[in-house]
Amino acid sequence: MIPVCHLTDLPAGESVRIDTAPPIAVFNADGEIYAIDDTCTHQDASLADGWLEGCLVECPLHAASFDLRTGMPTCLPARRAVRTHPVTVEDGMIYVHHAAEEGTAA
Amino acid sequence: MRTVTVVGASLAGLYAARALRSQGFEGRLVIVGDERHRPYDRPPLSKDFLKGETGQDHLALADAEEIAELDAEWVLGTRATGLADEGRSVLLAGGRSLDTDGVVIATGATPRRLPGPELSGVHTLRTLDDAQALRADLAGGPVRVVVIGGGFIGAEVASSCAALGHDVTIVEAAPLPLLPQLGEEMAEICATLHGDHGVTLTTGTGVATLHGGPAGRVTGVELADGRLLPADTVVVGIGVRPNTDWLADSGLALADGVVTDAGCVTALPHVVAVGDVARVDGSRTEHWTSATEQAAVAAHNLLAGATLKAHRPVPYFWSDQYGVRIQFAGRRLPTDTVRILEGSPDDRTFLAAYERAGRTTAVLALNRPRPFMKQRRELMRATQPVAS
Ligand SMILES: Cc1cc2nc3c(=O)[nH]c(=O)nc-3n(C[C@H](O)[C@H](O)[C@H](O)COP(=O)(O)OP(=O)(O)OC[C@H]3O[C@@H](n4cnc5c(N)ncnc54)[C@H](O)[C@@H]3O)c2cc1C
Ligand code: FES
Repeated sequence: MIPVCHLTDLPAGESVRIDTAPPIAVFNADGEIYAIDDTCTHQDASLADGWLEGCLVECPLHAASFDLRTGMPTCLPARRAVRTHPVTVEDGMIYVHHAAEEGTAA
Repeated sequence: MRTVTVVGASLAGLYAARALRSQGFEGRLVIVGDERHRPYDRPPLSKDFLKGETGQDHLALADAEEIAELDAEWVLGTRATGLADEGRSVLLAGGRSLDTDGVVIATGATPRRLPGPELSGVHTLRTLDDAQALRADLAGGPVRVVVIGGGFIGAEVASSCAALGHDVTIVEAAPLPLLPQLGEEMAEICATLHGDHGVTLTTGTGVATLHGGPAGRVTGVELADGRLLPADTVVVGIGVRPNTDWLADSGLALADGVVTDAGCVTALPHVVAVGDVARVDGSRTEHWTSATEQAAVAAHNLLAGATLKAHRPVPYFWSDQYGVRIQFAGRRLPTDTVRILEGSPDDRTFLAAYERAGRTTAVLALNRPRPFMKQRRELMRATQPVAS
C-alpha cells in the first residue's frame, strides 16, 4: 500500500506520478481516483503528463488513449494495456495498492 | 471499389490500410513495399535503437494478429515502377502489374546524399537496414563521428553517438541548426544542447568533400573553408526528397511531392497520397503524426470517391536529444515573436509561445510535456475545425 497524497491535493482533472518502479500515475477523473502504470505501452512517455478527459487519458507523445478503468488502449498507436492498480481513500489520504504486490498483475 | 493498392509499406501506408478496413472496405487490399520488412517505426532508429536500448522486435508497427486481421496481400521487397492507365494499373519491378480501382501513394522520402564517389563508413539513416549498418559500424569502441547536417535526425544521431561514448562533431552549413523550423532565439537554445553534452558544433561552413583512404573507407571531412575534420564514421543528415520518381509518367502533378488537395486526393479521385511523399494543400510535412492523420482522411475520401474530409492540422513533431524531449506544434512565420511562458532556457526545461498580432501561432517545449499538451490543444481548438 503506497500513500500518494491528500485527496484535497489532487483536484478533479489533475494527475500525479509516484516514483515506484515502475512508476504509477494517479488521476482524479471528475472525483473518481484511478491508478495505472505511468509509462505508455507504446514508447517512452509519462501518462501522468497526459490529457485527461472523462475516464480517458491521452498520451502526450503520440496521442494513444487509455481507459483508466481497465487500462485498455482505445486507439493506436498503443496496442497493449497498461496495468491498473486498486486505489483506496482513508482519512482523506489516497493509497495505491500496487497490483504486482497483490498478485493481480495483468 | 473492389481493389485498393497501397504503394509504400510503412507508417502512412499501414495506417491507410487500417483506416480503409475500419471504414468498411471489404475488397481486395494489396500492399506493395520495396523494403523486405513488414512496417516498422522509424523514429526510434536515431534514438533508442541506435543506442542499443530498443531491439528490432519493438519497432514493428503491427503484430502477427493485426497483420492477419488486415487481410491484405503483401508484396514486399518489390518496387513499384509506374502508375499507368489513369491510375488503374500499378507497374512492378520485374515487369508484373497490378490492376486496381484505387491507389494510396505512400512511398515516403529518401535521404539526400553528398555528391562524389561512395566511401564505406559514410551513412544515411532512413531504414532499418541503414540503422543496423550504422550500429555495426559504431560497435567496435569509441571512434570519431562527423555528422553532416544539424537538423532533427542529425542532432538525434549525434546525441545517440555521444551517449555511446564516441567523439562527435556536427557540421552545419547554416549559421544555426533548425533555424527555419524554430527561429533564431529558440534554435540558439537548442544548439546549446550539443555543447552541454560534449558534442562539437561547427556552423556556417558547408562540406567541400569527403576524404577516403586506399581501402575506400572515409578518413575525413573537408570543409568549405579548408579545415579537415578527421573521421572514422560519417553520417549525412542533410534532408530528404520525396519518392516520386516512379510516378514520372503517371500524369499526376509532382512538385516536391505528389500534389493533392486538402483531403489528400490527387487530380484522379481514386488516387490519394499520404505521408512524407504527399504535398497536401500546398505543404509537405515529414512528421510521424501527420502521416497517421492524413491516412484516415485519405481513406475516407478514397472510399467516398470525392473529397468529403480535409486535413487541416496543427503540425506537431517531437525530437529526443540528450535526454531532452523537444516538442513543437503550430505554424510559425519568421516574423513571429517568441516568449517564454514558463521555465528557463538555462535549465533546458521551458515552454515558449510564438506570437503574431497577440495570437499564439506555435508552441515549443523542452522537457515540459504537460503544459505543452495544454497549449497544443488550445492551438487545435483555435484553428478551424476539420470539415466533415
Ligand atoms: C531516423 C528517423 C527519425 C525520425 N524521428 C521522428 C521524430 O522524432 N518525430 C517525428 O515526428 N517524425 C520523425 N521521423 C519522421 C517519420 O518517421 C516519417 O514522417 C514517417 O516515417 C513517414 O511515413 P511514410 O509512410 O510517409 O514514409 P516512409 O516511412 O518513408 O515509408 C515509405 C515506404 O515506401 C517505400 N517505397 C518508396 N518507394 C517505393 C516504390 N517505388 N515502391 C514500393 N515501395 C516504395 C519505402 O521503402 C518505405 O518503406 C523520423 C524519421 C527517421 C528516418
Ligand atoms: S509513447 Fe504514448 S502514444 Fe507513443
